[in-house]
Amino acid sequence: MKLNSFKFKTSLAAGALFAILSVSMVSCGGGGGSTSGSDSTASANSDDNTLIGAGSSFDNPLFSKVFSEYNKTNGLKVNYQSVGSGAGISQLTNKTVDFGASDAPMNGKQDSALSAPALHIPITAGAVVLSYNLPEVKDTLSLSPAVLADIFLGKITKWNDPKIAAINKTAKLPATAILIAHRSDGSGTSNIFTTYLSKVSEEWSTKVGKGSSVNWPVGLGGKGNEGVAGLVKQTPGAIGYIELAYAIQNSMAYAKMQNKAGNFITPSIASVTAAANITIPPDSKVSLTNTDAADGYPISGFSWILVYKEQKYNNRSQERAAKLLKLISWVIHDGQQFSGALNYAPLSPAAVAVGDAILKSATFDGKPILQ
Amino acid sequence: MDTSVDNGSITRSDTPLRVINSKTPEAIVKTTQRIRRSFRQIRTENVFKRTLVIMGIIMVLLVLGILLTLIVQSLPSIKALGPKYLWGRVWDPVQDIYGAWPFLLGTLLSSFLALLISIPFSIAVAIFLGEYYPKGWLPDLLKNTVELIAAVPSVIYGFWGLAVLVPIVRNMESHIGVEPIGVGIFSSSLILAIMIIPYAASLGRSMIQMVPSPLKEGAYALGATRWEVIRSVILPYTKSGLFAGILLSLGRALGETMAVTMVIGNTSIIPKSIFAPGNTMASVIANEFTEADKSVYLSALIELGLVLFLVTVVINMIGKKIIDRFTNE
Repeated sequence: MKLNSFKFKTSLAAGALFAILSVSMVSCGGGGGSTSGSDSTASANSDDNTLIGAGSSFDNPLFSKVFSEYNKTNGLKVNYQSVGSGAGISQLTNKTVDFGASDAPMNGKQDSALSAPALHIPITAGAVVLSYNLPEVKDTLSLSPAVLADIFLGKITKWNDPKIAAINKTAKLPATAILIAHRSDGSGTSNIFTTYLSKVSEEWSTKVGKGSSVNWPVGLGGKGNEGVAGLVKQTPGAIGYIELAYAIQNSMAYAKMQNKAGNFITPSIASVTAAANITIPPDSKVSLTNTDAADGYPISGFSWILVYKEQKYNNRSQERAAKLLKLISWVIHDGQQFSGALNYAPLSPAAVAVGDAILKSATFDGKPILQ
Repeated sequence: MDTSVDNGSITRSDTPLRVINSKTPEAIVKTTQRIRRSFRQIRTENVFKRTLVIMGIIMVLLVLGILLTLIVQSLPSIKALGPKYLWGRVWDPVQDIYGAWPFLLGTLLSSFLALLISIPFSIAVAIFLGEYYPKGWLPDLLKNTVELIAAVPSVIYGFWGLAVLVPIVRNMESHIGVEPIGVGIFSSSLILAIMIIPYAASLGRSMIQMVPSPLKEGAYALGATRWEVIRSVILPYTKSGLFAGILLSLGRALGETMAVTMVIGNTSIIPKSIFAPGNTMASVIANEFTEADKSVYLSALIELGLVLFLVTVVINMIGKKIIDRFTNE
């Protein structure tokens, strides 16, 4: 009898050990994609007071601010994971989040991977600036699209190249070699920048193309804005592209860019908003690079929130869908007041109007949600 | 009931049960207690043994599972790109052309260079701590410092490398007449060398301490100097252990991601010299994985992981062969 109880005890102990082991292994396995594991349960369960979003890291500082402001007045919690635009889109595709956020509109392949059509709502705008390290040059450097493309193609290798000198007549340019710094990680910033270069340079478009990661003909890669900024700050003669907000916050020197109308524009919040004041197509999927706006900074881009057009999926309640759309609507109207302080460009009136129309097209079980 | 559950392992105790039948009642009680105890001991032994076996099997299954996942996930890219993937020189996500060669080269170059730089240091530390000064405050300090090197998160090495090491290397490069970039394979090898010293040093130290004293004393008695003892007794006796430590540090160098990506320059152009910028497989995966928006692209990145896995396995197998040869001598 004693024997039996003992055996029972040991088998119990062994069983417990296995239970612990398997639980710890499961939680470890979840660790890698922890977000997806917990989300699928979260979006399916009945806690309709917490919305889940994932995507662009560019949007993250703005989202933290506006979502906490919205939480103060409406009590709605938003759990936003700043995992990158591509990861945000794939989480939306897997229906593990309520909304995704991306710095680039979804491409054809991403669209076809979705089980239902998604809406793009412009949420804010940002710009990519060319930061450089030329201690000898006191004036702000000016760059034209052709010169910029030639620099990044490796055709202009010295700062005192006649092509650069021709548009910077007053500056005394040194004979330093140009060192190019680009992003090594896939990013929306790279996407905006390469989209711009593809638009203004035929050679760039055929040789390199556009995308969040491209095959850079020359230069060094830095991880994140801070990586590129670090390379630029450290190396005399370096030039790299970084987000406007990051450049302003770290008081880095950045160049004026010549826009489509031929004006040299200093990148700023106002000039980015100006670039977005164009005719925006009904689906809002438009690149703000090289727009027709006469006083707009040419390397700008929208950032979008992505939601499913048909909000009834995965046992979601209508209440949850309505809360999501109200939140987005609030962000594109009242939420815009917080963007300036964080160096984001507020949406242009044209963009808000298009955003409103898109939000109204969202449905729950075929019926419109917002009136 | 017992026999049905215990698949045979407890029935060993049949013999003592038959023996006790011929003894006095007290003796029977005592013997029964003893038998119960030995039952229990056997049982514990069985459970312990089984746990060990199961743990071992889980480890093997885990590694095989990882390998299988890598293979399955990289199938789309293997199908689309074929074996050309391995020696392709262009990595262009826009046009869906993927060649792993620049990164394979970068990984091997930076790791072996790091190993070369680190070996003198790690062997020196191992001999110093293992033979010359095994006790005392200075050796303790050195030992703890070396162990601390292994505990520091790699991102800190990356930051330090970018802020301190890269400007120094850039300065050096401008003196020796190479393009003064600073970041590159050489810088990342330096960082890696520092990071991997503890692995070879710690293992080497314990190996050297395990050399039997009679061997060393015999050599000393024959009039050998310390250097001669180290050269002809300690090093031959411990070489397989020292090599195992070096192999361990090479494995660490091959897989290091964060510190390398911060100082290597991250370009997919094939490095022309050790001072040129490059990229490693681990660093490419870390950089591009989150934004890989096409299935072939994602799969090509996973295949990069598979290649890294296989490179590590092959290097380990070669290392094992060399260790075997050492020990058989």
